[in-house]
Amino acid sequence: MASAGAFDDITASESSLRRFLHGLPGVDQVGADARAAGLGTRSIKTTAKAFAIDLAIRMVDLTTLEGSDTPGKVSALAAKAVRPDPADASCPQVAAVCVYPDMVAVAKQTLGSSGVKVASVATAFPSGRAAIDIKLADTRDAVEAGADEIDMVIDRGAFLSGRYLQVFEQIVAVREACGEAHLKVIFETGELQTYDNVRRASWLAMLAGGHFIKTSTGKVQPAATLPVTMIMLEAVRDFREQTGQMIGVKPAGGIRTTKDAIKYLVMVNEVAGSDWLDPDWFRFGASTLLNDLLMQRTKMTTGRYSGPDYFTLD
Amino acid sequence: MARIDVKKTYKLYIGGTFPRSESGRSYVVNDAKGNLLANAAQASRKDARDAVIAARKAFGGWSSRTAYNRGQVIYRIAEVLEGRREQFVAELRASEGITAAKANTFVDAAIDRLVWYAGWADKITQVEGTANPVAGPFFNISSPEPTGVVAVVAPAGPLLGLVSVVAPIITTGNTCVVIASEAHPLTAITLGEVMATSDLPGGVVNVLTGSVAEVAPWLASHMDVNAIDLTGVTDVALSTSLEVAAADNLKRVRRAPEAAVDWLATPGLDRMTDWLETKTVWHPIGI
Repeated sequence: MASAGAFDDITASESSLRRFLHGLPGVDQVGADARAAGLGTRSIKTTAKAFAIDLAIRMVDLTTLEGSDTPGKVSALAAKAVRPDPADASCPQVAAVCVYPDMVAVAKQTLGSSGVKVASVATAFPSGRAAIDIKLADTRDAVEAGADEIDMVIDRGAFLSGRYLQVFEQIVAVREACGEAHLKVIFETGELQTYDNVRRASWLAMLAGGHFIKTSTGKVQPAATLPVTMIMLEAVRDFREQTGQMIGVKPAGGIRTTKDAIKYLVMVNEVAGSDWLDPDWFRFGASTLLNDLLMQRTKMTTGRYSGPDYFTLD
Repeated sequence: MARIDVKKTYKLYIGGTFPRSESGRSYVVNDAKGNLLANAAQASRKDARDAVIAARKAFGGWSSRTAYNRGQVIYRIAEVLEGRREQFVAELRASEGITAAKANTFVDAAIDRLVWYAGWADKITQVEGTANPVAGPFFNISSPEPTGVVAVVAPAGPLLGLVSVVAPIITTGNTCVVIASEAHPLTAITLGEVMATSDLPGGVVNVLTGSVAEVAPWLASHMDVNAIDLTGVTDVALSTSLEVAAADNLKRVRRAPEAAVDWLATPGLDRMTDWLETKTVWHPIGI
């Protein structure tokens, strides 16, 4: 097992970093798609399904990232995060609420001491097209407002044109600006073109010290997909083998149904291992997913199908 | 050389498409003499769930169309049905063992019924809506609005009975999930083909074939179904349990008829008004 310092040589210069990232084994695209599809066919029923639904609820980062967000909407969402199903006290709370930096204080106030964390996007989300000083100020702002987690976007322009060290240094700088807050690094895999790039971005973010790697902003299609998440899970698994350090994964965007969520959980267990089946290491960035999970949960506890009328709109 | 028969696979009709049952099951449908007619899909509770989702999705668009346009679409169903009358006469004769004359009567009546309801689409509001006199400077107007998603257990009459229960539901702007007659399911699916090709948006009518006793309880207890029509339920115990399950979210229930229904008789308005809610608006006069 190599220590974290063993990668210092790699990140010392642009050329060594490029050599390392391009030296990663290529991804067999057809194979990855087939394996992800294969893992999606597992049948999860009864008690296993009930377990999966509760776990998935605990893993949700309940997200609202709209220009039209109001303090009222954010605090309603935060209230829902604490008590997703008001009719059922046994329903677990979600992992976090994910909002824009200016809404962190509002979310924090509603969440209080509930244990639900506040995640804030930062660094000129979703495009990431801003000067580094502005990105860092954005991050500090969110942390000062009380964010427990920061979701940053990488500079895809720099990444795609091969300026890996620039991306690396930005992540390191943002990580410093985060202080105690956890850092999630968003790749926007829909813009990275190839699976090879996803693998490279994963390693780049892990080397730079991100606590989580996250697929997408949710603003670009395609957002999270099973194969992309699988490649990221493989990366965190390999990274732990080499360094002993565990990194979390967060697919975000496009996961709307319980069935989808369970497919992801199966993949987490099969690819990364059961250690990752925990809200500390795997999250779903979602908003509509929660209602579907709650409807399925209600179906399992009451024995009858529920409807969207019985859950809050968000 | 004799040409090989083209056998037809009867499937379900959900959301405007014809999927097989999610469960992969099918059951044998015999003709009146007991010979194999075809295999029909045997719907499961998950097919019912999918059908409710499709019906709910279609409700917004269908209910907000103008009543006049809904009338046109229902008239169009009658037109397409008229064009396929030979097929329906043949299917009715095969499945029920009735004479050509009788089958023709049923097909005629089914087409006429659709035309009759098509005419009602933009008139039911005038008949059921009211301007109420109130003691104050207000207009007070009540108008009927569709209830929502209606689950239907269709009666045994494979064409006329089915049309007679479904047409009023969609005429008034509701969408429905129909469990076709268990003994004669094939005509219902062929009627689905007519609907799929007559401008009726997918999901407004969804047809399931299979066991009523298996599927109906899931629809009766479904919290996203707003009403249930038990016309085709013949088993008293089942009918009672469905009514009990339907009470959970206060569904509108049309109970199973006590006496046999004469489907050839001109219907009243009750099959339409059963699936209407009254909205009353107060509007100030003057200023």
